[in-house]
Amino acid sequence: MHRRGVGAGAIAKKKLAEARYKERGNVLAEDQIVQMSKQLETFKSNLEEFASKHKQEIRKNSQFRVQFQEMCATIGVDPLASGKGFWSEMLGVGDFYYELGVQIIEVCLALKHRNGGLITLDELHQRVLKGRGKYAQDVSQDDLMRAIKKLKVMGSGFGMIPVGGSYLVQSVPAELNMDHTVVLQLAEKKGFVTVSEIKDSLKWEKERACHVLDHLLKEGLAWLDSQAAEEAQYWLPALFSELTSRDVTPEEANQMTP
Amino acid sequence: MDRFSWSNGLLEINETLVIQQRGVRLYDGDDKAKLDVGVALLSTHRLIWRDVKNHECCIAMPLSQILLFEEQAAGIGKSAKIVIHLQATPANKEPGPYQHSKYSFIKLSFKEHGQIEFYRRLTEEMTRKRWENTPASQILTAGRTRAVGIVGIERKIEEKRKETDKNISEAFEDLSKLMVKAKEMVELSRSIANKIKDKSYLLSMGIADPVTRETHGSGTHYHMQLAKQLDDMLQAPLEERGGMMALTEVYCLVNRARGMELLSPEDLVNACKMFESLKLPLRLRVFDSGVMVVQLQSHSEEEMIASALDNVSDKGSLTAEEFAKLLGLSVLLSKERLLLAEKMGHLCRDDSVEGLRFYPNLF
Repeated sequence: MHRRGVGAGAIAKKKLAEARYKERGNVLAEDQIVQMSKQLETFKSNLEEFASKHKQEIRKNSQFRVQFQEMCATIGVDPLASGKGFWSEMLGVGDFYYELGVQIIEVCLALKHRNGGLITLDELHQRVLKGRGKYAQDVSQDDLMRAIKKLKVMGSGFGMIPVGGSYLVQSVPAELNMDHTVVLQLAEKKGFVTVSEIKDSLKWEKERACHVLDHLLKEGLAWLDSQAAEEAQYWLPALFSELTSRDVTPEEANQMTP
Repeated sequence: MDRFSWSNGLLEINETLVIQQRGVRLYDGDDKAKLDVGVALLSTHRLIWRDVKNHECCIAMPLSQILLFEEQAAGIGKSAKIVIHLQATPANKEPGPYQHSKYSFIKLSFKEHGQIEFYRRLTEEMTRKRWENTPASQILTAGRTRAVGIVGIERKIEEKRKETDKNISEAFEDLSKLMVKAKEMVELSRSIANKIKDKSYLLSMGIADPVTRETHGSGTHYHMQLAKQLDDMLQAPLEERGGMMALTEVYCLVNRARGMELLSPEDLVNACKMFESLKLPLRLRVFDSGVMVVQLQSHSEEEMIASALDNVSDKGSLTAEEFAKLLGLSVLLSKERLLLAEKMGHLCRDDSVEGLRFYPNLF
């Protein structure tokens, strides 16, 4: 009488079947890899062709860059992930943004003693353009924002806070929560804010307003004008416009904190 | 706003994208439209708007509907706008977000700027009227009335930009084609991502690890080489700066030195992560605040804390700024050292509006 499924023979057969299945699995993967390499070569040459025709466009035309970035995002690719990427190498997209990153860091560092590490996107834009000189390629605010997003990974507190239709760029690891952000937004219109204004507009208790303002003072993001006519005014250097401020040296800045 | 029709947002044959701008809010006359902020797109044939969060919410209007338009400068707390006056709705208009409006003008409010360039391109397209030459299949033309005055004024610009524009259109078309191929590559790559051992290929494509959401970075040969280069390059600068440098400082230093073929921030982080496994005398260190630094391994923690304590005791008390000046360090890093010494119980703080000051801990 035959008995199925049991016995050394059956076990050996099962093992053999399993092994074959695994083998086929490996072969499939190898096949796929070979196919991929071929496709990759084709893609690389497509990319090279594109680069030879349009590399200039990317460098000159900020609209084109936006389009390029958004398309990459749609297909799930980060063209700025690495300087070693196809995109950065062949299209030169990387160098453009990485260099911009350097310029952004330098501008923020230079102004930190004055504004505590908070600067409007507009001012950052102007200063970066100035630093690049007359003959450099044009840089848009979209370019700046993308470069800043990349800088975040280095942990030095780069971030953007939406304020009054634009953004404040933060370049120090100061803890800024929703309360702080809301007060910054309130201060945007005049460049300063008072405790009464906060109480009126945001309906906060005095303690909460003072707590937030104290934090901004400590972090060097706000300066206190206790001699203002009616009530103490908390000024945000980041929001001073070019017209109403003059540049302050680090020594002067140190003397100004009460 | 009743001139807009729902659209799938796809361009027709012969229709080319001219410019797009994010951060645009629509107004029905003087009132905010009941839509969120989105992306405004101008093509050779239409004005299209799409909601940023909900891509299916997409509306379009043929450019032939535009009678005239003007800029409205930004004000205090108000973004710059383009006001667009429209012709009467054609009878065969497809349904859109508004059935009826009491206004015959709309506004585009540019919350993220871009209005200047958008206005310029709109002017050109309204001058060139390319939709008349190559009518796209599904575009409804609302009569052939022209705004004669505008055409006459703007012809000069058209001639100047003709050539550049041709290049850009071609570039956009080529880009679209390239992206179709890229998308295939990406999907294929993802499907075998787990099976391949060498992730550097994924890195080259810019594809992220679905688990960590970082681009496949650390561990590649490229980053190992980088780590060794960094070790060579940073020894002297680190010594000069008391053994520690913020990663952003390193980024600037290294990229300024390279001049081209720059490192991405991620490349730098991934290379630094390999210091320990490659037994190089440098370390990447992350402070509680999130600040990342590269430090010489020889500068031990104890030394740094001892030096902080010495200096503070010597002067009675110190702020981060004073300590920075004393050691020739950046304020950011001197603050981290003081915080570290405090964490270990050697210093205590006096936190007031006048600043953060550290004292030796006598408790």
